[in-house]
Parts: sequence; C-alpha cells; structure tokens
Amino acid sequence: MAYNKRVDGRAFNEARDMEAKAGVVKRADGSAMFRIGKTIAIASVFGPRELFPGFLQNPETGILRSNYDMLSFSVNERKRPGPNRRSVEISMVTNNSLLPALDLTKFPNTVVDVFIEIIQADSGTRCAGICAASMALADAGIPMKGLVSAVSVGKVGNMLVVDLNKEEEDYEEGATDIPIAMLSQNKEVTLLQLDGDVTQDDIKELIKIGSEVCEQIHELQVKALKDKYQGELDE
Amino acid sequence: MNNTIKEYLVTLLDKGVRLDNRKLDEYRKPITIEINVSKSAEGSARVRIGDTEVIAGVKLDVGEPFSDSPDKGVLIVGAELLALSSPEFQLGPPDAQTTELARVVDRGIRNSKMIDMNKLCIREGELVWTVFLDIYTINDSGNLLDASALAAVVALKNCVFPKLENDKVKYGEHTKEKLPTTKIPITCTLGKMKNFIIIDPGLEEERFLDSRLTITIGENQHIHAMQKGGEESLKGEDIDEMIKIAMHANKELRKLIP
Repeated sequence: MAYNKRVDGRAFNEARDMEAKAGVVKRADGSAMFRIGKTIAIASVFGPRELFPGFLQNPETGILRSNYDMLSFSVNERKRPGPNRRSVEISMVTNNSLLPALDLTKFPNTVVDVFIEIIQADSGTRCAGICAASMALADAGIPMKGLVSAVSVGKVGNMLVVDLNKEEEDYEEGATDIPIAMLSQNKEVTLLQLDGDVTQDDIKELIKIGSEVCEQIHELQVKALKDKYQGELDE
Repeated sequence: MNNTIKEYLVTLLDKGVRLDNRKLDEYRKPITIEINVSKSAEGSARVRIGDTEVIAGVKLDVGEPFSDSPDKGVLIVGAELLALSSPEFQLGPPDAQTTELARVVDRGIRNSKMIDMNKLCIREGELVWTVFLDIYTINDSGNLLDASALAAVVALKNCVFPKLENDKVKYGEHTKEKLPTTKIPITCTLGKMKNFIIIDPGLEEERFLDSRLTITIGENQHIHAMQKGGEESLKGEDIDEMIKIAMHANKELRKLIP
C-alpha cells in the first residue's frame, strides 16, 4: 500500500508540535530546551573559558566543542551510559553545524563548550539538539551572525515529508531520513546527512520544504530568547 | 578571601539565618516533584530543590539472577553528574563524587527494602527482572544528594512493567502493573560549619562545610543508610542532633511524594 497519508494525520510539510525555552540551567552561561513532538533536548553552554591542554589553544580564535548524549532511559532499549560511535559522530556534525553561525575571533585561546542531552527521544534528536544549542549559545551572549535551525526531512514510501516521527522512520517499505540545519541569516546549509534512497529532484524539493520549516523554528527560537529577557526586565 | 566568606557565613549562622534567609533547619523552597518526565522510561521523575534539579529514570529488563540470590531481582543504580549542569563537572568516566552519589542512593533503597526483590523473580535461578535506575543532574545549585535520592524513589514508586512476551521485553508497551514498592526511604543531608548544623546546604555553603552527614530514613523512622563526608570530625552529640533534625525534615519531604 502506498504511503499517501501520514500516520499522525499531519500535512506533508507540517512539523510536529514544537516548544522552545531559554534559560533552563541556572549554573550554565547559556541554556535552552527545545521540544519537537515527543523529542526533548536540553543544551547548555559554558565559556568562552580557558582551554586545557594548552596545545589545543588557537591564538587566532576561540574554538567550539560540542558534545551530544542521551539519557539512558530516553530510548526504549536502555542506552549504556557514556559515549558510543553514534554520539561521537553526532557531536562532530553538530559542532560543524553551529560553527558557521559564530564569531569567536575576539576570544583567542579559549573554548566554548556546548553540552546537549536528549531527555526523551522520538526521532529528530540531533536536530532538536542543534536547535537547543543554537539558542543556548545566543543566551550565553556569544557573538553570532544568526541562529541555526534544524529539522529532518525525508521520503516515506513515495511521499516527501518534513519531520519524520519514529513510525515513519521505521516504515517497512523504506524511508529516507535527511537531517538538515540552516543558518537564519542566509538559509545556507550547515548539516546534511542522508541514509536511504532518493533522487536529485527529491533533494531539491526537500531542501525547499525543510527551509520553510526552519524559518518557523527560527521564529520560535527568537521568541523564546526574547521572552526570557523580557521576563528578566519585568522582574 | 575564602576565609572571609566563611567568616561571613558563620556570622550569619550565629544570628540564626543563612545566606538565602533560610533558618538552619529549613530546606530551600520550593521543592517540586514531577513524574513521567521521560516517557520512554518505565518510570521517571524530576525533582527541584530551590535551583537544584535532578532527573531520575528507570528501565526494566529481564536477565539471569545473581547466583547468591537466585530468587531475587537485580537493582543497578547509576549516576552521571552531567557536564551541562555545572561549570565544575567534566565529561568522562564517573569520578569519586559521582560514585558516592550513586552508592549512597543505592544503599538507602536496598536497605529500606523499598522494592520487593522477591516479586521480581520470574523463574528461580533462570530469569528475573533487572531494575536499571539512572540519575542525571540537570543543575547543581547544591545538595545534589537529597534531590537525587528523592527523584530516585519517586521514579521507582511510579514505575510500571513493560510487556513481556516469550521471555523478551516488548519496549514501548507499558502495562498497568506497578513495580512492587513499599516503605519509601527519604534522604536528608546536613552540614556542620564551625559549631552550627544546617540542613540542605546550598552551593555557597557546601564549599565551606567542615563536615557533612547524609541520613536515609524509612517510614518507621528507622535509619537505613548514612554517609559522613567532609574533612573534619563530628562529635557524638553532633550526630545525635543531625539525626534529630533529619527525623523531622524527612516527614515534611515525605508529604510531597506523588
């Protein structure tokens, strides 16, 4: 049977219900929560701070160090604590997705640390982590050219969709998952991964619909950051 | 500099108040408890004591029992002081503070017999339930221990079994059957600074405590676990006084449990 109606009744270009909040970890220099559907990510940022060991320091710019991990019970089958191949790779692509939004040249020899934790997982965790991390960086007052917004797009059966949920990812006749991240200032792509089976035309169309959803996410991120500072002014 | 801060804290204590205007035997407020904060877990809870925040979650699986307890389930308690929760925490394998936290929580739960481990036996010597209880700190504003212990018991109390089919767990399908728990243990941490005893030390206080005592108390007011921390000694009468304060405080905390 062809996949022509989404399991949860959403339109093909409709993301799940989303929620964003800035300032969720008091001890961090900046922090945020981002929820999309049942996936919840929190991120906190420390720095710019001194970088040890010294040979990692760059006298021309501060560096960014991102770490992604999941709580052991955030998934159905318990995840063993500590890093694994998956989290190491996601940490790396997350770092690359955030870096183009930053300007760390004013902080030579320092490091900005980003820590992302997935509290509850139901697909799209790396994208939710990037959305939260980008807000946490802004909340920490790190100089930025724009925010980074991320969502997964893909193909379920023959249908092009945005923000696949777990059931869609596991669709038995085949699904392609393509997490993407975009810079708010110029819509350029900073994260792109794919596994599945799609055509060149599919990719072109998916980046277009993904970019529209990233725009919605960006509005939500900006609103959450403004709400936090408005709240502080009101107090 | 450090001595100046400590002297100031002691001057305050002498007047019967603390940095955040609390009394010496008073917990921070508000204390909030939420359950089912991570729906993939069989049980989970978030506890906030003032600004300190901890999440605990339970995953259940089946496996072989230990050979010295073939008719009992298995409990494994882990903790991680997440690097995101404090500028002082680092990534990497568990350090002494993390291990102590997990083990103190573990002892309180085990010795209070909160979980009926016999009921976790499916087939003696072959198959029993394993309870994985994991604790994660979200924000460290002091006294992670009490928040962790509270989150742990609430997550266990609200834990349900997943479906079991042909000796395999079908995750994602929770039953309505609850983990067999009774007699909830409550953990209170007290600190001593100069001659003063305080409960629920905050972040600034924690740094200047001479010694610390963590006490886990059961429903019948019996003591199930204790752990002394800090570099200075405690007098017998200090310990007596600390237990007295903890006996009172644990009743108040108990009322908050959902």
